[in-house]
Amino acid sequence: MTPPRCPPPPRGGAGDIGYYPGCSLAGGAVELDLSIRALARVAGAELREIDDWNCCGATAAHSLNHDLAVALPFRALALAEAQGLGTVLAPCAACFSRLKGTLVRLGRDPGLAERAARLAGLPFQGKVRVVSINGFINGLLADGLAGTLTRPLPGLKAVPYYGCLLSRGEGINEGEDPESPSAMEGAIKAAGCSVLPWNFATECCGGGFSMSKTEAVMDLGGAVLSDAKAAGADLVVVGCPMCHSNLDMRRRGAMPVLYLSELLGLAAGLSPAALGLDRHFTDARTVCAGGRP
Amino acid sequence: MSQGPDADLADAVRDAAGVRVERCYQCGKCTAGCPMARHMDLAPNQIMRLAQTGDPGDREALLRSLAIWCCAGCLTCTQRCPRELDPAAVIDALRELSRREGKVSPRGRRILAFHEAFLASVEHTGRMSEVPLVGLYKLWSGDIFQDLAVAPAMLARGKLPLIPHVIKGRTEIRRIFEACRAKEKA
Repeated sequence: MTPPRCPPPPRGGAGDIGYYPGCSLAGGAVELDLSIRALARVAGAELREIDDWNCCGATAAHSLNHDLAVALPFRALALAEAQGLGTVLAPCAACFSRLKGTLVRLGRDPGLAERAARLAGLPFQGKVRVVSINGFINGLLADGLAGTLTRPLPGLKAVPYYGCLLSRGEGINEGEDPESPSAMEGAIKAAGCSVLPWNFATECCGGGFSMSKTEAVMDLGGAVLSDAKAAGADLVVVGCPMCHSNLDMRRRGAMPVLYLSELLGLAAGLSPAALGLDRHFTDARTVCAGGRP
Repeated sequence: MSQGPDADLADAVRDAAGVRVERCYQCGKCTAGCPMARHMDLAPNQIMRLAQTGDPGDREALLRSLAIWCCAGCLTCTQRCPRELDPAAVIDALRELSRREGKVSPRGRRILAFHEAFLASVEHTGRMSEVPLVGLYKLWSGDIFQDLAVAPAMLARGKLPLIPHVIKGRTEIRRIFEACRAKEKA
C-alpha cells in the first residue's frame, strides 16, 4: 500500500486558505460544508470564503457551451487571486474538477487564457493553487491534525470511493494512477478504520443524471453499493456531493455513506450533529458509534 | 470557426474540442469502459467512427442520436484511449452542434432540459439553487410529478433552501453568458 501523497501543507506563509464551497454545499451537500468548516477549526486552519464567488458551471456548462465551461470557473479563480488567496479549497469534487481542470488548460493554452479573460472581463495571472477535499485533509493531517484524532473508529471497515471527478481528468490526480488512486487511504486509516480493497473505487455513479435519467443512477449506484457490500464494508467514504446524493439519497438505506471530512471529524471527537451526520438519508448511527451496534 | 451545417464534421470537432477524430483506430476501449453505453443508441467507438467518415448521413445520425446526451462526463474513455483522443470532449462538441442545429433527440430532451434549467439558475443568480433548478426542469421536461416525495425530506434535513442566494456580480454573470452565447453563434 503506497502512502498518501500529501501536497505541501496548505497553511502558513500564504495566509488564509481561500474557500470555494460551491453551490451544493448550501443545499443538498450541507453536511460537507459543516464538516469541512468544523474540521478546519479543529486543525486551526483559517478558511476565507471567496467573496461573491459564482457557480463553476458543473456538468451543465461543459455539456452545452464550452466557452461557458471555462469562463465561469475563470471568474471564480480570478476573484480568488484578486482577493489575495493563493490557495483555494474546493471540497466538492465537481467544482474541484472544473476549477483545477480550467487552471491546467489555461496554463497550457495562452490563447484560451486570453479568450477566457475577454469573456469574463477580468484579469488572471494563474497564481492560484486549487486543492481538493483529499489534498486539504491530507495537508491538515501532515500538519498536526493526525496527532489530535482522539476518538478513532477502529471497528469500522471502509471502502474509499473516488468516483470520476477525484480520479480522472487533467491535473486531478497528480502523480497517482487514475485507475488505482490512494489519496483517501491514509486519512481513512488515520481515523482508525481499516480500508478494504474493492472493485468500484473509480466507477461512475451516474453523476448529474439523478433527475434527468434516474434509472441509470439507480443502476450504477446500486452496482457501487453491491460491490461495497460484497467487499464486507460497513461504510463508503466519498468526496463528491453527486456521489453522496446518488448513494445516500437515491439508494436510501443500503449503506452509510460519509464524506471524508465527516469521518475525520468523528475521529477528532466532534459531535455527529456538528458534522451534519443527522442530515443523511441513510442512517449513519452505526458509524458514529464506531461500529458498535 | 465555420460550423454551419455544411462544414465537415471532423473539422468542426477539431476546432471545438481540439481532437483529431481521424486518428481513432477503433479499438473499442472507450465502449468497453463506458458506464452509460447500455443506455446509448450509438456506442462511444461508433460515435468516433461516424465522426470520421465525412458522410452527411453519418453526421445526421450522430447529431440526432440519444447517445451524445447520455454521456455522463465520467472521462473513463478519455482516461483510457490509447490514442489520447478525448472522446468525452468530442461528445461535448457534438452536443453543442446538435443543439445549435435543432437536432436534439426527443429522447434526450429531459437531459437537455436539466442542463438548461441548471444554467438558467446560474445565469439569473450567479449560483445553482435547487428550487429554481428543479422548478424549471419540471416545467421544461414536463416531468411535473417527479421526486415530489423527496422535497419534504430534503427540507427537513436543511438541504432545500427556499430562497436562492443572489450574488452581487449577477450583471457580470449575465454579461459572461451573453458573451459565451455570442461566441456560440459566431
